[in-house]
Amino acid sequence: MGLVLLVVIWLITLVSSYFFYAHTWWLPHAASAAAPAIDRQFDLTFVLMGIVFLAAQLGLGLFVWRYRDRGQKAHFSHGNNTLEFTWTTLTAILFLGLVMASNRIWAEQRFTPPQPGAIQVEATGLQFAWYFRYPGPDGQYGRTKPELEDASVGNAVGIDDADPAAKDDVVSGVMVLPVNRQVDLTLRSQDVIHSLFIPAMRFKQDAVPGLMIHMHFTPTQVGDYEIACAELCGLGHYKMHAVLKVVSEPDFAKWLAEREAEKQ
Amino acid sequence: MATSEQVHVHPAPTGFLRKYIFSLDHKVIGLQYYFLALFSVFLGMGLSLLMRIHLVWPEAHLPIFGDIKPETYLALLTMHGTFMVFFVLTTAPQGGFGNYMLPIQIGAPDMAFPVLNMLSFWTTFLALVVMVAAFFVTGGAPLHGWTGYAPLSALQSSGPGEGLGADLWITSIALFCVASMMGALNFITTTLDLRARGMSLMRMPLTTWTWFVTAILGLLAFGVLLAAGILLLLDRNAGTSFFVPGGLVLSGQIINHKGGSPLLWQHLFWFFGHPEVYIAILPGMGVCSQLLSTFSRKPIFGYKAMVYAVLAIGVLGFLVWGHHMFMSGMSPYSAFAFSYMTMAIGVPSAIKTFNWLGTIWKGKVRLTTPMLYAIGFVSLFVSGGLSGPFLAQPSLDIPLHDTYFVVAHFHLIMGVAAIFGIFAATYYWFPKMFGRMMNDGLGKIHFFLTFIGTYAIFMPMHYLGLAGHPRRYSQLTEVSYLHGLMPLQHFITIAAFITIGAQLLFLVNLFWSMFKGPKAPINPWEATTLEWTVPSPPPHDNFGGKTPVVYHGPYEYSVPGAPQDFVMQNDPKQYGEGTAH
Amino acid sequence: MATLTPPIALDEREPRLGERGAGRPPQGGDEGGLALADFRRRLRRYRIGLMAGLTPVLMLFVAFTSAYIVRQNLGTWDDATKAYALDWRALSLPSLLWLNTALLLVSSVTLELGRRSLAAQVAAASRSMVPARAPRSPWLGLTLVLGAGFLLGQWLAWRGLEAQGVYIASNPSSSFFYLLTGTHAVHLLGGVLALLYAALTALGTAPLARRAIVVDVTSWYWHFMALLWVYIFALLHVLR
Repeated sequence: MGLVLLVVIWLITLVSSYFFYAHTWWLPHAASAAAPAIDRQFDLTFVLMGIVFLAAQLGLGLFVWRYRDRGQKAHFSHGNNTLEFTWTTLTAILFLGLVMASNRIWAEQRFTPPQPGAIQVEATGLQFAWYFRYPGPDGQYGRTKPELEDASVGNAVGIDDADPAAKDDVVSGVMVLPVNRQVDLTLRSQDVIHSLFIPAMRFKQDAVPGLMIHMHFTPTQVGDYEIACAELCGLGHYKMHAVLKVVSEPDFAKWLAEREAEKQ
Repeated sequence: MATSEQVHVHPAPTGFLRKYIFSLDHKVIGLQYYFLALFSVFLGMGLSLLMRIHLVWPEAHLPIFGDIKPETYLALLTMHGTFMVFFVLTTAPQGGFGNYMLPIQIGAPDMAFPVLNMLSFWTTFLALVVMVAAFFVTGGAPLHGWTGYAPLSALQSSGPGEGLGADLWITSIALFCVASMMGALNFITTTLDLRARGMSLMRMPLTTWTWFVTAILGLLAFGVLLAAGILLLLDRNAGTSFFVPGGLVLSGQIINHKGGSPLLWQHLFWFFGHPEVYIAILPGMGVCSQLLSTFSRKPIFGYKAMVYAVLAIGVLGFLVWGHHMFMSGMSPYSAFAFSYMTMAIGVPSAIKTFNWLGTIWKGKVRLTTPMLYAIGFVSLFVSGGLSGPFLAQPSLDIPLHDTYFVVAHFHLIMGVAAIFGIFAATYYWFPKMFGRMMNDGLGKIHFFLTFIGTYAIFMPMHYLGLAGHPRRYSQLTEVSYLHGLMPLQHFITIAAFITIGAQLLFLVNLFWSMFKGPKAPINPWEATTLEWTVPSPPPHDNFGGKTPVVYHGPYEYSVPGAPQDFVMQNDPKQYGEGTAH
Repeated sequence: MATLTPPIALDEREPRLGERGAGRPPQGGDEGGLALADFRRRLRRYRIGLMAGLTPVLMLFVAFTSAYIVRQNLGTWDDATKAYALDWRALSLPSLLWLNTALLLVSSVTLELGRRSLAAQVAAASRSMVPARAPRSPWLGLTLVLGAGFLLGQWLAWRGLEAQGVYIASNPSSSFFYLLTGTHAVHLLGGVLALLYAALTALGTAPLARRAIVVDVTSWYWHFMALLWVYIFALLHVLR
């Protein structure tokens, strides 16, 4: 029985660890400036927790077999304070170290404002689609009004044409960005909480109604990347997705110009 | 320290209603809670099976249920979580075993307030009825998840089930809060005031400690949930705007609220929600400690450290709620603070794990069925716990938040480890409660199938989360990068079928043994705590009119110089060094 | 030692539902001291229970307070002005609330006097050879009247606001007003019902000890509710 238990625990531990180490299913290919730091921290945490996982599980399996009742006397002891102190301190150092390293990355990404020259995009979530708005040459987003929100007439975002700043706003169902340029993203929601999740960019941020949330990231590779909604928003949550197309700077300028032209 | 030398003279009740329905006896009430939880867990498992079927066969047309629409999936998901967290994990370990065993373990004839005890069970029962009713009203059960984020939960037009169904859900939870507060009050008064002579706090079994600390957590947390629920009901029905901001448009309709904050709901909910998960796991930790010690024939390694760890987990549990909100739009500086506190709470949890291993080390391990479950608890707690440090780091939470990685994390700890705590407690205390032994062979088969099965279900969910699979998706058909993850989802569904099927073995064992199991001796496990000194099942007033006096700590196993390898807590003789502490 | 007739008022024979820690049947000896000790033990138990029970009530109002502060100070985005807007409008509190506060504070005093009176009677009964009679005292009845007066006054204050067109959804400030005063009133009503129970049982044959415990526990609950009211009132004034 002890041997069976040891084998079961060991097998479960080794098989599941194998799939983690083999990266059979893993974080998608990274394509943003922030990703390498996050992925490195991920690997570090992963290695350290992996060692603990293996040690604890294999140790557990070993102990229950090794100390099975074969007529021996159990070792009478209420514990060992030195040992307690030691492993408590080591654990605290490990955990503290990990979170300190991690928070440096967090601070770099989230405590800093966007760079000047970052491209402005506003992402609006609603049940069940994303719309992306570019402010155009005037760099201002036009005023929006809830009563004007109507996807059926092509104004899902509710832009108020009476506002002169709205004249050059471009709205797209696809998020197009130039490579290697930081985007100053504003997140909004029209109804319930949604979340803009772009796995390849290692980007996620909730879009909260009533708030204008500013985030920034920098795509570093040309390509198409899927965007999924990552906060339960109703029956269509599973199909609220979009695409981020990262293109070269000239291609982006061309695309934007074409969309501006359509508006005239 | 108060004593309970006064003999409890109220006579045993007669009549079916007084004995079994409106009983004041903590043992009967404990069993009532247990069976309520048993019903709820099978209901919750059934819901999850329907979810698993829909995920991999979205077009499937089921007998009776018909087609599962996306909104139905979300309603199933919401109710699965609600039933499991509230009516199983907050009920069986504490209301079930805590009620039954705590008075006996401290040498008391009953809980401090038996009438309140009865009321707390029946209020829980009423809450269950109201919750089940949500399925049957127009629109059905709500679809906003057990976490009920506003504005999704605050606006009746946000989706099917968000009408009356959501109101019933909130009402049920409010009733549950009141019931829990009544129960917690009882546990605390009993532990503080009804301990037998010699039963100092530091001689209490770790099970009693965890029930006591869990009750304190409940007392502090459920009031906040009740507040949140009241505010939500007002937003939904009285036109207030606590959680709903202005300018919203839902399905083309302009919403009249303004000024509220969705984040306020999250703060209030998680201030309750995080202690809640410690409420769910602490009693299981207590049972694990008790069983590892009993079946290794060794004192628990570091009793004092274990007590301090439980207290530390309790206190820190109130300081980490923001780790559920790293991506919420909350200030990134708060995230900074919460992440440190969250990592800190990993330390007492690690201490407990080291001490469990230290208890088995150089022991004399008896692999009975309850012991298998206690060992399983340690393994699952390690697995589930180690994904915590990933999620605790905000920068790593960015790719992992709201994915299956989180689902794996909390299921391994709550949905399996805590459940193993309940199984362990059942197999361990069944002889005392029913006077019969459960079938050991069936128990061992049940253990291995469940242990392997739950790993097969929840380990792969980590891989899904790493690959970016968001949670609460009713189908994988739309987002392209999910298509490649279907084989893994299939595997999980098959594993779920087998594992849930295996639970029938437990059910059979439980009910068969209740009536036909071999008669149990008074102390079949040769354990030391006070419940093993009384008949199986115990008489109405537990100790037959005599209050025990306690001379030893709870885990005096293999004491040098003692005639047997265990010393009962009420044994008046002293043995060896270090027995009296 | 000669057996003395025990003071039957303190000895519980067959305690009914919920009674705990009953004394042993009269046997003589130092009966009074034993019974008093038993009374004190039971009283302590109920007081611990009450303190535990008041903790979630406290947390309820702590949660409401935190929601109050957050809601008052958090703006939501208004695209018309392109800024975060605060929509909290200060509420002018009905002046009736001052009178209600006075009623409640006086009722706390009267109830405390009643509690002490009963406690003294219990102590006296434990020393006396003569079976304790239940003397009439006006304090409970007075507290009931004052408490009912407070609740009536609160209701009138609400009617006053409604007459001005201020309802629960009119503004977040009025939402919190109705919420806080309403929740408090519901809890105070519980206290009123407990007092009613204690007062009515005085007319019956319930033992002195039981009545003393009910009044003691209800008193502390009542004082807590009075303090809570003062806090709510202060919050509504200071953080308008």
